Amino acid sequence: MKFLDEYRAPQEVQALLGELRKIVRGRWVLMEICGGQTHAFLRHGLDRLLPEGIELVHGPGCPVCVTPLEMIDKALAIASMPGVIFTSYGDMLRVPGSQADLFSVRARGGDVRVVYSPLDAVEIARQNPDHQVVFFAIGFETTAPANAMAVIQAKELGMNNFSMLVSHVRVPPAVRAILETPGNRVQAFLAAGHVCTVMGYWEYEPLAAEYGTPIVVTGFEPLDLVRGVIMAVRQLEAGEARVENAYPRAVRREGNKPAQRMIERVFEGCDRAWRGIGVIPDSGWRLRSQFAEFDAEKRFAVGEIQSQEAPQCVAGAVLQGRIKPDECSAFGTLCTPEHPLGATMVSAEGACAAYYRYGRAAG
Amino acid sequence: MCLGIPGRILEVYEKDGLPMGRVDFSGVQREACLAYVPEANPGDYVIVHVGFAISVLSEEEAAEVLQTLRQIEALGAQPPEDER
Repeated sequence: MKFLDEYRAPQEVQALLGELRKIVRGRWVLMEICGGQTHAFLRHGLDRLLPEGIELVHGPGCPVCVTPLEMIDKALAIASMPGVIFTSYGDMLRVPGSQADLFSVRARGGDVRVVYSPLDAVEIARQNPDHQVVFFAIGFETTAPANAMAVIQAKELGMNNFSMLVSHVRVPPAVRAILETPGNRVQAFLAAGHVCTVMGYWEYEPLAAEYGTPIVVTGFEPLDLVRGVIMAVRQLEAGEARVENAYPRAVRREGNKPAQRMIERVFEGCDRAWRGIGVIPDSGWRLRSQFAEFDAEKRFAVGEIQSQEAPQCVAGAVLQGRIKPDECSAFGTLCTPEHPLGATMVSAEGACAAYYRYGRAAG
Repeated sequence: MCLGIPGRILEVYEKDGLPMGRVDFSGVQREACLAYVPEANPGDYVIVHVGFAISVLSEEEAAEVLQTLRQIEALGAQPPEDER
């Protein structure tokens, strides 16, 4: 497949790794923000092929991992209501709430359905006029244009049985929060390529300048990942701190303008709690007031919910790159993908799930 | 969720007022909304997320990067200076 196979060619990856070994002098800590990239590094074994001086720490870019526990508990409460069809991206179903997950709601008779696209949820609403259809609209900037379009579509079709439980997050405020954390070790970032296809990378330029931190927009294939690391290390070795684009075939500086306009039309900025991390100012999006009729939090009274994290779970420290998944005492024993204590052990983007799946347990 | 693989647009059409396309992902075909890539045509490669194409892949940029990488590979075939 064009645009795919040529970025997986082993001999070229080896050549690039050789190039990287030649330029590394110091010891550097890089964070890949996106959990999809964490999985890609481990799946291809690239983490073990990087020169010794380079340490990767894994970032918070896992949408189901950072969706706040209170929001999961709200989802569970709404999904349990009679007459509700609750729709979600598949990754969300096994994410533990305080007491249960969406799978167990389904097992108890709740109508919980996995959708591939939010437009599928709108279609389910159209086919089920006697039911209230709720879509769990989570994710970073990448899913926001799709979720925004679902709201517009529901409005234009005049639907009164469709709503969304919105918990959107944005990357740049999280980068700032990591850089502001006392004792931060991250010296350069690999920015999430697909977030940047939507938003571009101009938002990162003030961050790179203000904190003296290189930020390299990076893709997802082996050649892309190593190229991102090389560009970041070149800057670190030269004492530079700029935003560079290692994924130019998909990302332009200004991003996708039609998608940004749609986000702007439907959503507005808000403070957002990140699971395990806490509230990050202006790091989220919520529905604008003119779309309040599609806001599931307003449509369903779920009452007071007491949320409680599993006490053994250290997912917050993992998401901030402060510890590695295998340094957790519950890793692989009390906590596994089948019985996760925290969201980072679930999903194709959680760092703990990546360590478990690709056998990166300590010892 | 932010994973997305390139697919090739096979045909474009309209559905419920939205521009849609049939996209081929290495043999698997799916429908994707093309509202955010108004410049896309059949034959173009797009990155698709949760049912929406969000970027048209640039042939020129891809060719340029691959050429640079192949130069590095060619250089890598020679022993580095400090090991001679």
